[in-house]
Amino acid sequence: MLAVRDQRDKAAFAALFDHYAPRLKGFIMRSGSTAAEAEEIVQDVMLAVWHKAAQFDPHQSQVSGWVYRIARNRQIDIKRKENRPVPEEIKQPETTEADGSQIVALEQEAERLRTAIAGLKPAQREVIEKAYLGELTHQEIQEETGLPLGTIKSRIRLGLEKLRHDLKSMRET
Amino acid sequence: MSDIRHHIPEPLLLAYASGNLPHAYAVVVAAHISVCDQCRAASEGHSIVGGQVMEDTAPQAVSEDMKSRLMAMLDGPDPLPPTPRAKGLYPAPVAELFSGEQPKWKGLGMGVKQSILSQNDSGSVRLLYIPGGRAMPHHGHNGLELTLVLQGAFSDETGRFQRGDVELGLPEMEHTPIAEAGPDCICLAATDARLKFNSLIPRLMQPFLNI
Repeated sequence: MLAVRDQRDKAAFAALFDHYAPRLKGFIMRSGSTAAEAEEIVQDVMLAVWHKAAQFDPHQSQVSGWVYRIARNRQIDIKRKENRPVPEEIKQPETTEADGSQIVALEQEAERLRTAIAGLKPAQREVIEKAYLGELTHQEIQEETGLPLGTIKSRIRLGLEKLRHDLKSMRET
Repeated sequence: MSDIRHHIPEPLLLAYASGNLPHAYAVVVAAHISVCDQCRAASEGHSIVGGQVMEDTAPQAVSEDMKSRLMAMLDGPDPLPPTPRAKGLYPAPVAELFSGEQPKWKGLGMGVKQSILSQNDSGSVRLLYIPGGRAMPHHGHNGLELTLVLQGAFSDETGRFQRGDVELGLPEMEHTPIAEAGPDCICLAATDARLKFNSLIPRLMQPFLNI
């Protein structure tokens, strides 16, 4: 992903495509789109990954989570024919030094979350899948999911603080 | 920004991340995330879980045609609409709902004004302008009401709310928000049903005011 963002590397993009496009298609079809509709959405999403790459920040995001977010937005825009409201992007500083320890720590937290999801009982897992596929309404999602999200949120928060700090020092220089 | 005390509850953040929040509420959530890093982080956390669910989905083969078409499009211009920008105190997801730099206000009497940003079967989202020191009509609601403060502050039976704070109005709740003296209070409010006013006059006027 970083090769796509920083070097605009098409071979790296093709590799991202080979990994994500089939999963995206499967995912989008599970939430009720036909194969043809799903292909179209996959194309839009992957094109957005290419054009929005500059907004990807590994200090606060994971590639699959970032792709998931773009895919949900696109799917809703098409399904409901309305513009889904998205938060303001935080402007990325032009030059910023990567903080390897933050990136690795976020990766480790994501890994722990993966293990936690894999360790769920089938019934619980199904609830998580339904929730994140958008099959539960906000009235149905009343309970906490039971996933250990606290530590990963604090970690992402540190990534956001770094970004705010970089932006501030950029303005001051 | 660190002054924000009232946040979006976790189930609503998850419903937003998974795309299953009615448009009106989604506007309030996106606007709050725009100014609140704590909820931005929580929302990103949900995206990471969502990404994991996507990674675990059984893949479906995509056509080679689509891939080659896509690869050929990379050098072309970005076909996606540009990311909306904030306008003054209005965060981008709010600002994109009105044209020009300022929303178009309609007076409701006593200096109170509103501007309906979007309204459909699933709910409505509007801006409310309450002069400092003035009360909103006493009201309850049929469904959930989400209110985000953009300027000034208000207090009611449940607490004090200032810029960035979100108040959750539940159906059984009746409250009388009063704007604090000082800068006029501007709020973003989303409902999935009409407000219920208790006094007769606002109730009679409700169909005309559209609130």
